[in-house]
Amino acid sequence: MSLGFTEAEEAFRAEARAWLAENSPGRLPSMDTEEGARAHRDWEKALAGGRWSVVAWPEQYGGRDASLVEWVIFEEEYYLSGSPTRITQNGISLLAPIIFGHGTPEQQERYLPAMVDGTEVWAQAWSEPEAGSDLAGIRSRAERDDERGGWVLNGQKTWSSRAPFADRGFGLFRSDPAAERHRGLTYFLFPLDAEGITVRPIAQLDGDAGFAEIFFDDVFVPDADVLGGVGDGWRVAMSTAGNERGLSLRAPGRFLAAADRLLDLWHERGEESPQLRDDVVDAWIGARAYQLYTWGTVDRLQGGGDMGADGSVNKLFWSQLDVDLHETALDLLGPEQELRGEGAVSNGAWVDDYLFSLAGPIYAGTNEIQRNIVAERILGLPRGDNRRSGA
Amino acid sequence: MRFALTAEQRSFAEALDGLLGAAEVPAATRAWGAGDTAPGLRLWEQLAELGVPALVVPEALGGIGGTPLDVVVAFEALGRHGVPGPWVESVALAPSLLAGTEHEGVLADLAEGAARVTVAAPPQTPYALDVAAATHTYLLDADGLAAATSTRKLTSVDPSRHLHSVQAEGTAVAVDSTAVARGLDLAALACAASLVGAGERMLRESVAYVAQRRQFGRAIGEYQAVKHALADVRVALDFARPLVHGAAHELEADSEVAARDVSAAKVAATDAAHLASRTALQVHGAIGYTLEHDLSIFILRARALAGAWGTTSQHRARVLHHLTATR
Ligand SMILES: Cc1cc2nc3c(=O)[nH]c(=O)nc-3n(C[C@H](O)[C@H](O)[C@H](O)COP(=O)(O)OP(=O)(O)OC[C@H]3O[C@@H](n4cnc5c(N)ncnc54)[C@H](O)[C@@H]3O)c2cc1C
Repeated sequence: MSLGFTEAEEAFRAEARAWLAENSPGRLPSMDTEEGARAHRDWEKALAGGRWSVVAWPEQYGGRDASLVEWVIFEEEYYLSGSPTRITQNGISLLAPIIFGHGTPEQQERYLPAMVDGTEVWAQAWSEPEAGSDLAGIRSRAERDDERGGWVLNGQKTWSSRAPFADRGFGLFRSDPAAERHRGLTYFLFPLDAEGITVRPIAQLDGDAGFAEIFFDDVFVPDADVLGGVGDGWRVAMSTAGNERGLSLRAPGRFLAAADRLLDLWHERGEESPQLRDDVVDAWIGARAYQLYTWGTVDRLQGGGDMGADGSVNKLFWSQLDVDLHETALDLLGPEQELRGEGAVSNGAWVDDYLFSLAGPIYAGTNEIQRNIVAERILGLPRGDNRRSGA
Repeated sequence: MRFALTAEQRSFAEALDGLLGAAEVPAATRAWGAGDTAPGLRLWEQLAELGVPALVVPEALGGIGGTPLDVVVAFEALGRHGVPGPWVESVALAPSLLAGTEHEGVLADLAEGAARVTVAAPPQTPYALDVAAATHTYLLDADGLAAATSTRKLTSVDPSRHLHSVQAEGTAVAVDSTAVARGLDLAALACAASLVGAGERMLRESVAYVAQRRQFGRAIGEYQAVKHALADVRVALDFARPLVHGAAHELEADSEVAARDVSAAKVAATDAAHLASRTALQVHGAIGYTLEHDLSIFILRARALAGAWGTTSQHRARVLHHLTATR
């Protein structure tokens, strides 16, 4: 990028690049296996040791007080270095902003440091079998237990990423069944090995147990682990939904790195098909557009603007880009495209990443839900009878 | 790092929108197509008062000496309003081509709004636009730059674009190849900005229309199929614009990736405008298919500009060339 970064920003980039070049483990085994989860936790320790785990956090919690620009610079360098997706992502990106914003000082002390170095990996427990896009329809309940000073949870969550190898969960429960759908929900933090919790791993399209069902059978949670106010869970949760989509702020490096690998693949294969050639170029153009769009957003946020519904525009773009890019890569591989693991090109990384990309249009609020949001909140089209929400 | 427009650029954009919004441009564009250039030339004068033709003419030659980003701001507005005439040729290309040649004197008149330049630059841009409305016509080819005249009129898909095959009259003068390359890049970028502007206009018209058109007892904008199609247009335009702005920054910095980014911008802007026009037509139904509806101005303009100043296929090839040259 030559959009005029300051000397300090360039120095920050150089420092990050040098550290990553020295320390990055490259691609690790899938974090959705026992061996992979261990390797990922080790990597998180190393990152935290170099104070690169949470660069934008206050120094007190292991961060560097980095600016938004520096943070995005770090993320670009992180992905360009070929470093793996973060197992701590739910914690540091989805939960931590809520703990910073709504948590008690005790919760901040107790939970933030342990997620920074991967000691405690978190799972997000929002979706339920009957509540996906219509998240406000959740039924899992929390009942008051005055005697013990807390709440008793019952019900079932599902599609909880990382839960098979995670330590703790955060999720919404209905604490006031009489209240209107979006009210009467409360946000809880709980250990996944608590008495009464059963975690049942579910294999994903790629074969690994990437998510799980979580069953709650009279699980006690003390008042100290209510996050935000009782009955205020929806509002608190919606600020996390913004973060999940906003997470994509950090992703330009990921797509640029993938587009770069795609160009290498095209080059190696000497593919002549004009269609494939165009698809390769479009993947790169998309990644570059995404990078520039992100810098535009960062610039706006630094100027005091907020992300608002733009996160939905963003999510629609990257999720489609990700699928297109990987479909192009598989096309380039010809008959080898179906191979996974040993004997496959790059040990099957293209297929693995393709399978991962397929989930993009579904998680973090499906693309249909995002289109509703863009149409209604950005274009100002009339609201029909479709409801909007989305985990 | 700064990506946003400056306060001056924002107020320039507002001034252009204010002027063009009040000027009944669609009527001028239709008249232009029918051969009556008077309203279009009045528009040219008004835009000259805001400094549009002078934007990149060097200060020493009577211009403003502005940046590629200024050009982008202006052309997005011209595209949004469907302004007719050889604007890309005059504003974006002519200053680079003519400066330092014996034709340099034209630039002072151009900056004032008194001259209008059109250029054929085969093979990429083989036809000269609006020769009759231009005060100077040039042919740029392997021999260099020469004054030219029309040999034949051709018909564009966009009725407001009068195309001509031209031939040189008089001897060609040599032009610096870097200046030519820069001029052509700025022309492609201006064209991309126009396409984003046209796309924005078509989206805006569509949003207004679907909120008001009712079928089966409701506004058609309440139907999800319609909403989702328009949301996709929003996404496409929102990601084309940063490429256009980014390329302008790179051109300004004379960076080695400027050509690559100009091409990426032209591809993305063309695709986004194309999606906008297909969607706009679809949600308007048959009314959108009429020439009397203003939408036709933008649909046909977007189609014409897709092939002007480099096709998407040529620009994709250039992106690929830049990306793989060092592999
Ligand atoms: C890889 C992956 C990881 C995930 N991780 C987590 C996690 O960690 N924690 C967690 O809580 N959840 C997680 N999820 C769940 C995810 O949030 C939900 O899958 C998502 O919100 C959609 O819900 P659903 O699957 O029940 O589909 P449904 O809501 O049943 O939707 C099915 C289809 O109907 C469409 N649809 C629904 N409502 C509308 C509407 N109003 N308008 C138009 N179309 C509509 C949807 O777009 C979709 O195409 C994960 C999902 C995936 C795939």
